[in-house]
Amino acid sequence: MANFLRLAVWKFASCDGCQLTLLDCEDELLALAEAVDLAYFPEASSKMAQGPYDLSLVEGSITTAHDAQRIRDVRAQSKHVVTIGACATSGGIQALRNFADVGDFVAAVYARPDYIDTLETSTPISAHVTVDFELQGCPVDKRQLLEVIGAFLTNRKPVIPEYSVCFECKRRGNICVMVKGEPCLGPVTHAGCGAICPAYRRACYGCFGPMEAPNLPALSEEWRQMGAAKGQIRDVLRTFYGWSDPFRRESNAHDN
Amino acid sequence: MTTRTIKVDYLARVEGEGALDLHIENGEVTAANLRIFEPPRFFEAFLRGRSYTELPDIVARICGICPIAYQLGAIQAVEDAFEVTVDPQVSALRRLIYCGEWIQSHALHVVMLHAPDFLGYPDAIQMAEQHREAVRRGLALKQAGNALMCLLGGREIHPVSLRAGGFHRVPTKRELEVLCDEMKQARDLAKELVIWVSSFPFPAFERDYEFVALRHDQDYPITAGRIVSSEGIDIAIGDYEHEFEERQVPHSTALQSSVKRRGAYLVGPMARYAINHDRLPQSVQELADSAGIGPICRNPFQSIVIRALEILHACDEAVRLIAAYEEPSRPFAPVEPRAAVGFGCTEAPRGICWHRYEFAEDGTIRNARIVPPTSQNQSSVEADLKAVAALLVDKADNAIRTRCEMTIRNYDPCISCAAHFLKLTVHRP
Repeated sequence: MANFLRLAVWKFASCDGCQLTLLDCEDELLALAEAVDLAYFPEASSKMAQGPYDLSLVEGSITTAHDAQRIRDVRAQSKHVVTIGACATSGGIQALRNFADVGDFVAAVYARPDYIDTLETSTPISAHVTVDFELQGCPVDKRQLLEVIGAFLTNRKPVIPEYSVCFECKRRGNICVMVKGEPCLGPVTHAGCGAICPAYRRACYGCFGPMEAPNLPALSEEWRQMGAAKGQIRDVLRTFYGWSDPFRRESNAHDN
Repeated sequence: MTTRTIKVDYLARVEGEGALDLHIENGEVTAANLRIFEPPRFFEAFLRGRSYTELPDIVARICGICPIAYQLGAIQAVEDAFEVTVDPQVSALRRLIYCGEWIQSHALHVVMLHAPDFLGYPDAIQMAEQHREAVRRGLALKQAGNALMCLLGGREIHPVSLRAGGFHRVPTKRELEVLCDEMKQARDLAKELVIWVSSFPFPAFERDYEFVALRHDQDYPITAGRIVSSEGIDIAIGDYEHEFEERQVPHSTALQSSVKRRGAYLVGPMARYAINHDRLPQSVQELADSAGIGPICRNPFQSIVIRALEILHACDEAVRLIAAYEEPSRPFAPVEPRAAVGFGCTEAPRGICWHRYEFAEDGTIRNARIVPPTSQNQSSVEADLKAVAALLVDKADNAIRTRCEMTIRNYDPCISCAAHFLKLTVHRP
């Protein structure tokens, strides 16, 4: 397989969902496997070939000293590093510890906290190494993932829109949930999911993270006028993308 | 005295990561420690102070492979605490989306992760060179399961439609009927799958497990039932803590469960099947017979056949549920929070997933406790490994390593659920 581009898939702290998205490409999986050398993908194969790799897809956030070292090793062996998902691009849901005392968290879950070795924070991959592209989503979208892999394999820029979920909502013909009086994160959230939540009659809860240059204070004001309490605005921002810069800043502004 | 050390730095084809230490002294396996050391993610801690309305979206993120098990267990606990009665058609839809989760998760495990062990391939991609149709069939089944998850939940990973009281949006009869043909085709593929996997060469090996599973009045259990064991436990789900306990061990970040005063027990397909064989339709029982599986199976390597049988049953159930579906008058029942404790327990693809939440008056969570199947099976995995390795102590390291990895994969351990990592080290002084 010497002429094939060598693909590696790595896992850090995560739910495995973004790697699973690759296996969920049922129609394209065998074709993809014929087009590239899946050199390292432990969730799917015990082959685990040595680097260097042309493209490393990285899932999960950095929460231990050991993983902080491991991601540097991944970077050193990879021509391109692409992070996939909320954990890898923003620290993920486990970054909720960043707003609390991690010691309290450990004590709440474990009878013997002394057995547990963890960093005080959960941080994105880009806080540790240079990243060539970040694909957002909790989980990432299948079509966007294939687009990114295809782009790197053919040496072009991935075509991933930076606009908000609202664009997808209009295209899908959904009735705006904000117009119906329900606070929604769609106006500040990165497109990619296809506006699933409004299509299922509920507000967007921001699982694709911030769009490019979101106006969060304006949205908060809108929410406030709809009757949302400060704590509610803080909590919804601090869930799946709480450690991303825009959501963190705005959530801090609503922290009592 | 000679020392041999076998190492597998990273166990492949499991969901998540872990390690194993095997100690062999004077030809005897003295210890098999399953080490789970993926960083803890603290869900039970950061759920505190959150609203019950946020619960389904947050707990889904425990696992990308079986999010429904977490969402539905949590939702049941909310409904238990707040005394919500759901529409029977909503319950039927919950069973239907859970069938989707069983089908996609089992198909992934059976064909992509486990079958390569029996046929001697490192993965399904390379297996496809000689067994292309089998891999295609597995992918088609997985797709059928995902189609159910997508229609009812919005997407296959971390679905968005489930909520306390019901669904944000229920499908129309017409939308569901579109899937009926796909599910009928999947049923035929599942029959072929059962026949294919039952032809695999199974190591001769049996263990005397205490099986633990839900048991329901009529149905093969998925979303409801009492907790029943082969050693006489028969309790309501709220009494789980009376019979079972969790302990922390130094070598693992996942807690280990056991039956009080007795020890290891088994949850998952083999346990469900052993306890509920009589709840399977005659046609599935007959296929099990012809596949060489009796009403109770104690060979963990044959769990792959039982998973295939469960895929078949889930496809049958999907066809039945779609045919019987009538759109409920409202997608969800009203929910009025109050200060209370609630319990939930469902059959995840890997076994019972148990939840307990304590809510404040306004519906915020005071305390959360979630016991995933992989934590419950950890002691049982270790006992299997000890017994499997004992039969192979005279063999080469590679043979022991291969069989031990396969033994772990019998469990389809979802290590991200317990948040973890597998490494195999054999110490032989």
